[in-house]
Amino acid sequence: MNLRIKHLLGLENVSREDINTILDTAFSFREVLDRPIKKVPTLKGVTVANLFFENSTRTRISFELAEKRLSADTVNFSASGSSLAKGESLRDTIQNLFAMKMDVVVMRHPTPGSVKLLSRFVDAVVINAGDGTHEHPTQALLDIMSMKEKLGSIEGLNVAIIGDIRHSRVALSNIYGLKTMGANVLLCGPPTFMPYDVESLGVKVTYDLDEALAFADVINVLRIQRERQGKGLIPSMREYRNVYGVTQQRLSKLKRPITIMHPGPINRGVEIDTDMADSEHSIILHQVLNGVAVRMSILYLLAGGR
Amino acid sequence: MEKKAIKTAILFKGAQIVDPFNDRIIEADLLVENGKIKKIKKAIPESESKEVVNLKGFHITPGFIDLHVHFREPGYENSETIETGCRAALAGGFTQVCCMPNTKPAIDNRETVRFIFEKSEDELVNVYPIAAISKDRKGEELTEMAELADAGAVAFSDDGSPVVNGQMMRNALEYSKITGRPVINHAEDPSLKADGLMNEGRVSTQLGIPGNPPIAEEIMIARDLIIAEFVNGRIHIPHVSTAGSVELIRRAKAKGIAVTAEATPHHFSLTDEYMRSFDANGKVAPPLRTEKDRQAIIEGLKDGTIDAIVTDHAPHVIDTKETSLDLASFGMIGLETAFSLAMTHLVHTGKLTLMELIKLLTIKPAKVMNLHLPPLKVGEVANLTIINTREWWVFGRQNIYSKSFNSPFIGNEFNGRVKGLYAKGHYITF
Repeated sequence: MNLRIKHLLGLENVSREDINTILDTAFSFREVLDRPIKKVPTLKGVTVANLFFENSTRTRISFELAEKRLSADTVNFSASGSSLAKGESLRDTIQNLFAMKMDVVVMRHPTPGSVKLLSRFVDAVVINAGDGTHEHPTQALLDIMSMKEKLGSIEGLNVAIIGDIRHSRVALSNIYGLKTMGANVLLCGPPTFMPYDVESLGVKVTYDLDEALAFADVINVLRIQRERQGKGLIPSMREYRNVYGVTQQRLSKLKRPITIMHPGPINRGVEIDTDMADSEHSIILHQVLNGVAVRMSILYLLAGGR
Repeated sequence: MEKKAIKTAILFKGAQIVDPFNDRIIEADLLVENGKIKKIKKAIPESESKEVVNLKGFHITPGFIDLHVHFREPGYENSETIETGCRAALAGGFTQVCCMPNTKPAIDNRETVRFIFEKSEDELVNVYPIAAISKDRKGEELTEMAELADAGAVAFSDDGSPVVNGQMMRNALEYSKITGRPVINHAEDPSLKADGLMNEGRVSTQLGIPGNPPIAEEIMIARDLIIAEFVNGRIHIPHVSTAGSVELIRRAKAKGIAVTAEATPHHFSLTDEYMRSFDANGKVAPPLRTEKDRQAIIEGLKDGTIDAIVTDHAPHVIDTKETSLDLASFGMIGLETAFSLAMTHLVHTGKLTLMELIKLLTIKPAKVMNLHLPPLKVGEVANLTIINTREWWVFGRQNIYSKSFNSPFIGNEFNGRVKGLYAKGHYITF
């Protein structure tokens, strides 16, 4: 089982065959995670560096756990944006780290394209753990895996992504991955949260949440960053909740139940009500577990043969 | 680069002489003696000169003019100096350049204007300073524009920093009536540009890169044209990058507003598609736009809406480019590639004739900033660029004479090349 891609920088140009291979492998690693001894020797002797230039708890722990379950050696580097002073060359920082011979690097960075830049400078497998507002491919893969697990097939599935599409790497990776897998994607949120001519990505847009809910088999609800209000993109969190919040009241109007997803962390009571996030139709915690399996799959497929 | 001082005479034989003053191209020999054109005619005997250069198949044009370069001196000599900038200019066929005032200190006082002239005195390229509109380019207080013009400033600009305050722009344009010098405003409305790192459009949407919309440029140009019309001031629009801007300028010219405009090779050669590489060498201000904008700029160059091709040569040390896109500096070098890009994308594509291109590099920019361009006539100072309009070549690092290497064109193949110059008694070849 070989992937056509050598790095995972995004899902924009990843083929359906590759995504299927990643998902199939992830499902088999899911079984490992259900065993009493959750560790396999697959990546023994492989060194993985986790470079996090932006705060992250979930994604970092998920990657670390995936690496440890595969018996890889791991090193972690964390620096918040502020400690990377202007003028310091990202290339220098990275090349220093790589003088120490890493096989795989998992990187999160606040700027779009930084992970691609890294892949030009180092001789290692590079995995994007989120680069600014560009892509977050492992999140989209775990989302797609969770949809597949719950609903069987992605082909023809109606998926609504709700929230701040414009600033969301999760949304962009989901759009690319879901379109490749044959889903129908509808975006919902205020116009200030929509990127320019987003329909050119092959998706539909609505500003009406009820319309999105009526369309959807699955909704993927994005976290609303509080600083967006300060930038004037939304008038207030209160109004946002009233217009775009996924509430019991709205969902109860639907003729059929829909599956609820959220990449986390949740602003309970803003983009989604607590009851809905915890309801029987929510697969939010499955997403978290599948995240580990998907990351094991990526690491194994990209680095296993090294 | 080889520079040879010519003590007495040099005879250029068999070239096509491109004369933009008279709109004609003739095949003739050209004899230069003591720095001046002695003869232009067919079959000048080789015995009339010790130095004879066979230019069969090549063209001779007046030395090119670039109205928009950044030579970084004083203050940022690690990325460029007047000396290295002039070397890059020669490599591009330019014998006259106008340098922008975003130096440290800014060119906002007579001493710094004088410094530029003195520092470039011995160069084969004439360097003319553009002085700042506002003190330290902060947009708060006007510089002493009348005196700066007297000292030799050829135009006024806070380039890199837009003049946001409308009253400030009005006052600068009022003063242009005293100086006769154009006011050049870097047109990007900061509130609309926001944190944009590339053109806002389909490509930025696909890449998730924060966008800088065309309206950020167009709104400021529209405002400036309205002010210029109201006060009857003299305005020059730098690095036009959008179809909307071209249209605004076209209409303003039709109305009789005293406006001229320039465009860069990168805006007529590249589009925002380049940013798919995430390469910071493609990060410029204003940003690379869409194919529609690129075509509109070419149309503007063709129909006279845009008066000059300028490089906006913006050297940056590599460290500030090999970094994440948000931290990377804006700008690219351009002197070495300008002519070849223009030949490749404008002339060989049939959009412009060779004569139209040469005008955009010579007499038209000369007129914009009222620079003296010696005509190709007997008795005039010889200031010549020698070009090969049909030479396929690959642009590489070794062809860069600037101190900085921030070019997105390294490795590109061009058709057309600058082969040499004659300037200030020197024959230069590459």
